[in-house]
Amino acid sequence: MTLAKVLDDAAKAAQGKATKRALTGNEAVALAMRQINPDVVAAYPITPATEIVQIFSTYVADGLVNTEFVAVESEHSAMSATLGASAAGARAMTGTSSQGLALMWEMLYICAGLRLPVVMPVVNRALSAPINIHGDHSDTMGALTTGWIQIFSENSQEAYDNLIQAIRIAEHPEILLPTMVTMDGFIISHAMEVVEIQSDEDVRKFLGTYKPERTVLDIDRPITMGGLDFTDYYFEHRRSIAEPMINAKQYILEVAAEFEQKFGRKYGLFEEYKMEDADYAIVVLGSTAGTAKIAVDELRAQGVKAGMLKIRVFRPFPYEEIAEAIAKCKAVAVMDRSDGLAGRGGPVFGEVRNAICDMEKKPITVDYVYGLGGRDIDVEMIKSVYSDLQRIAATGDKALVTYLGVRD
Amino acid sequence: MANIKELSKLEERFSSGHRACSGCTAPLVVRMLMMAAGETPVVVGSATGCLEVVTTIFPYTAWKTPFIHSAFENSAATVSGVETAYRSLKKQGKYEDKDVRFVALGGDGGTYDIGFQSLSGAMERGHNMVYVCYNNEAYMNTGIQRSSATPKFGETTTSPVGSVEPGKKQFPKNLTKIMAAHGIPYVAQGIPSMWNDLITKFQKALNCGGPAFVNVLAPCRLGWAFPSEKAIQIGRDAVDTCVWPLYEVVNGEYKITYKPKEKKPVEHYLKQQTRYRHLFKPGGEKAIEEIQKWVDSEWEKLKRLAGEE
Repeated sequence: MTLAKVLDDAAKAAQGKATKRALTGNEAVALAMRQINPDVVAAYPITPATEIVQIFSTYVADGLVNTEFVAVESEHSAMSATLGASAAGARAMTGTSSQGLALMWEMLYICAGLRLPVVMPVVNRALSAPINIHGDHSDTMGALTTGWIQIFSENSQEAYDNLIQAIRIAEHPEILLPTMVTMDGFIISHAMEVVEIQSDEDVRKFLGTYKPERTVLDIDRPITMGGLDFTDYYFEHRRSIAEPMINAKQYILEVAAEFEQKFGRKYGLFEEYKMEDADYAIVVLGSTAGTAKIAVDELRAQGVKAGMLKIRVFRPFPYEEIAEAIAKCKAVAVMDRSDGLAGRGGPVFGEVRNAICDMEKKPITVDYVYGLGGRDIDVEMIKSVYSDLQRIAATGDKALVTYLGVRD
Repeated sequence: MANIKELSKLEERFSSGHRACSGCTAPLVVRMLMMAAGETPVVVGSATGCLEVVTTIFPYTAWKTPFIHSAFENSAATVSGVETAYRSLKKQGKYEDKDVRFVALGGDGGTYDIGFQSLSGAMERGHNMVYVCYNNEAYMNTGIQRSSATPKFGETTTSPVGSVEPGKKQFPKNLTKIMAAHGIPYVAQGIPSMWNDLITKFQKALNCGGPAFVNVLAPCRLGWAFPSEKAIQIGRDAVDTCVWPLYEVVNGEYKITYKPKEKKPVEHYLKQQTRYRHLFKPGGEKAIEEIQKWVDSEWEKLKRLAGEE
């Protein structure tokens, strides 16, 4: 029996009910893609996202999807072909990681600029050099200004749920922006855990059909897509991409509310863990949140008012909402799994500081660059960050940026 | 064979009013291509380049047929995605039952060089699409820089003639043969100066049922530097000197489609273009001789491939 068949069985949930199966992140994402049943998938293999393409190919080979699969010769062509398919009115997807995303970089901007709702899982992996196949966030952090919505996942369940919601988000008539859903390379992509799967029927009912207003297959109403703007129109057109991005938050929350109502799992722009009365908080992305929750629980048991904020939607960044969530903390540590290489921490730190910069009373903020190239982060390391925060709050003596878990 | 009376009755799907230079042959390539399609719907994609730039200045367009441009090096990949969407939607009953053709366009920069990988990939995958290279033998849109299609001794702004350098130092790569080596159903070389030959080739390419590649020499008055009104004549000279032989490769079989009655010396072609002016100063004879030898040898090789010897 092929892996596709095994996973297919896994999705035999009764309508209106979820079924539980042990899946890796890649399997959960590939399964979500089968349920989404895109018209076109064009993709190129890259560790640690290869399995997604592999498993999806077996779905195609076994006739379990209607998708036309294009095994392109590079990630640049993967994004180009996906973009072309989307422009033709197809629900089109691809998937990648690391260098693959870097090779797509030019096309990411164009896909957003043409307002094409392509959806792409990205398995977060370090960027070369040195070449490294393990998880960090350098790859997607390089895509912050591309006009793509970015949704981070803590575990396989979130990757599955986020990918399904991403279709609705990207195709929302008030948004129409491409959307990437990320999960940490190996830590999530290759780790098996229990995932609740909805039935095919329920997923498809939730997604509905994609009917774009104009496409390049409309022969009777021909359009020119991707024309040239001079100084007289370019600015207006670029501004018109910012608008839906800025406004996307409310629609992302609407989609999440409908998802919760249908499937019972709750999502927001970010998750707050014991933040109501927290004095010391950390802000994290992705799988580290799971480890941080244990650290918070252990510290709470010792009477330390520790809390954690896990960002789910990184683009558009929820500036006001996060500022409000951490406003009452004494000290906040931002955890960056990528480095800005300029002595001021990583991109998450920049965004969080931007969010609080105009507040009259704001928490002390520091940054921890950690986990580059898949370097482990454990409960003790996170607890050490909280003890730093307590000392910083008491003495005011802080290091703005700390490299956590690196040998000198 | 195309019939000019029939062709003249077709509605033009590429309008006038675009911003191409006077005497530019790229719009002729497109018009002949659209004529070849007759009344069959065509979706066109283009690489970044002169043609895309002069036809799509917002809020105007010269295209009365669906058109998509995304980037420079990926015209083939982009159109392969459009074509795949068409097949998928049609198969699922989500698209009306129209018989549509797909064309990707690119200059020699977007085809021979930066878009070579994307082109090779799309052709190898067997998409039902025609790739048309309008080959003006340099990066004209950025201001005449050398490409791998630029002829030897051709002067460009990145292969300038200096006191020690003679212009471009390499012969052009033979992309048409490289595409024939992909084993696709239809490959051809054409030129707008020979309109009937070219339209017939486009018709064959559009109806071969699989990937096709047509390499069209498109004389460029700016880059080659000749008077606008000479564009068609220079193209004729290119084929009559066998600098640009007209042939097709149908399912692997080479066929020469035009044989000059009398093969003219290359000098006749070169001397009309300012990009070769340095060859007509004292000492340039050797270079002209080298070009002649190369052209002769390529022509003989082609004749052998076509079984004409």
